[in-house]
Amino acid sequence: MALDYTTVEEKLKAKFGEEVKDFTNDYGMLAFEIASNKNVEAIQFMRDELGFNFLTTLFTIHYPDNDLERQFAIVYQMHNWVDNVRVRFKIFINGENPEAETATGLFPCANWMERESYDFYGIIFNGHPDLKRILNMDEMVSFPMRKEFPLEDGNRTDKDDRYFGRIPQNTNAN
Amino acid sequence: MSQILAPLTIDEKYADMIRQRENEDGSELSILNLGPTHPATHGIFQNVLLMDGERIIDAEPTIGYIHRAFEKIAENRPFYQINVLTDRMNYCSSPINNFGWWMTVEKLLGVEVPKRAQYLRVILMELARISDHLICNSILAVDTGAFTGFLYVMQYRERIYEIYEELCGARLTTNMGRIGGLERDLSDTGFRKLRAFMKDFPVAFKEFEALVSRNRIFIDRCIDVGSITAEKAIAYGFTGPNLRAAGVDYDVRIATPYSSYQDFQFEIPVGKTGDTYDRYCVRNEEIWQSMSIIQQALDKLPEGPYHADVPDYYLPPKEDVYTSMEALIYHFKIVMGEVPVPKGEVYNCVEGGNGELGFYLVSDGSRVPYRLHFRRPCFIYYQAYTDMIKGGLLSDAIVILSSLNVIAGELDA
Repeated sequence: MALDYTTVEEKLKAKFGEEVKDFTNDYGMLAFEIASNKNVEAIQFMRDELGFNFLTTLFTIHYPDNDLERQFAIVYQMHNWVDNVRVRFKIFINGENPEAETATGLFPCANWMERESYDFYGIIFNGHPDLKRILNMDEMVSFPMRKEFPLEDGNRTDKDDRYFGRIPQNTNAN
Repeated sequence: MSQILAPLTIDEKYADMIRQRENEDGSELSILNLGPTHPATHGIFQNVLLMDGERIIDAEPTIGYIHRAFEKIAENRPFYQINVLTDRMNYCSSPINNFGWWMTVEKLLGVEVPKRAQYLRVILMELARISDHLICNSILAVDTGAFTGFLYVMQYRERIYEIYEELCGARLTTNMGRIGGLERDLSDTGFRKLRAFMKDFPVAFKEFEALVSRNRIFIDRCIDVGSITAEKAIAYGFTGPNLRAAGVDYDVRIATPYSSYQDFQFEIPVGKTGDTYDRYCVRNEEIWQSMSIIQQALDKLPEGPYHADVPDYYLPPKEDVYTSMEALIYHFKIVMGEVPVPKGEVYNCVEGGNGELGFYLVSDGSRVPYRLHFRRPCFIYYQAYTDMIKGGLLSDAIVILSSLNVIAGELDA
């Protein structure tokens, strides 16, 4: 029998109990939230037990207005190619010390996607083999995709670096 | 700017390896900087290679040279202004990016696109796929020393661009389509050019295949170069022709059909070993399949409107704006961003030239996305490149890069 969303939901609830919650099915994709320390376990469970063989994407969303414990969301999206089922889930992590476990041990493709999350949001992925900036220059010190960096002020009178999401001392000379 | 970029430091790791090898057998390893602006890399990629003579022992890729912060810019722009960002990602097949983005917005807004617009979108997307694969394969031939084949087919990419011009006026960065359909119907000249292309292109492409596919030198340069197994390809997040060359028949057009792809009969070519030659063959066969899809779409092209009747999102004709009050109000509301947008998180993906091109749109109900993430196939599979070139020759590294069809714009976003 082909895998459907009800089965996925039941199996996840049986495995993780209270730590998995908020199941929704908007716009044709099952989504849920899982406790922030269970992300790797969840990926492994879904890959090995439920047949989600492909990590489609991994990225971060910044919610600066949330409680401190829930200011960053890391979104994982997985795909079961045999039954053609897509699922995504989020973990919410602390806004001041954003840390999460790395998924590189399970999917090598998570390597650069996690580096991208580090580069733009400053998420520290514990156990990542090579966590450094990927698209921005290495000397940069801020994390530009965070919401506190505005893109540009429409009323600017000249092109000031601060309006481009760069703080004045954004590079480390060393 | 007084800040000077710090020179690329030679990794301590490499220094140790060089010393160690010198002590072991007296051989001299060397470090070679390939890129960022090497003519054979077709884009701005830098790889610092640790070489033992002609063999690559290790590589350190650096990307981001043309990073333009599209995800950040997109957080500050209304939906219709984001379209111009998408066609600057994979600029070899920009209509696919454009329509992928519009389909994401349509999914969020719940807009139903009329059949004619869907079929026209399929035609344009398949033309884009042809031009994308054509560039990749003919440049692969150039990289192996066969320049002639490239010249045989390049004029047909030009002809494809002329068909784009008939629809949107632009050639490379197309900004094609609107929410709910297309900005205008394909003109009669456009259809004439399309039919002429359908007639002439197979002849030239057969010539190209006859020149290159069984060429001894080309075969020797490609077979067993840069092989990747299916398991490894999946683990590295491969999609598109590169994955199919490894023998996995995953194609978004089949897995989650969009824009009426379920109406057409076509096959998904797969390779066996995932080497450069398989990637070349898969792309060639996909061009033939795309031709077949275009022919079917042209034959079955229904009459009807070329855009959905969604005045909230689709700009009214300019002459109506000057004469009709209703059109003026809609025009004003769209431009000033006073149109309601539902809250929600949508993921939509299309089969881009290089694989699954995904758009993850988080809408908070305002006129700009709260967060927009592009799943760029190049970015994800390029990380396997280091693994694929290790142990090979430097000249093979160039061929592998070329056959992976890494597009710098899509890699760096």
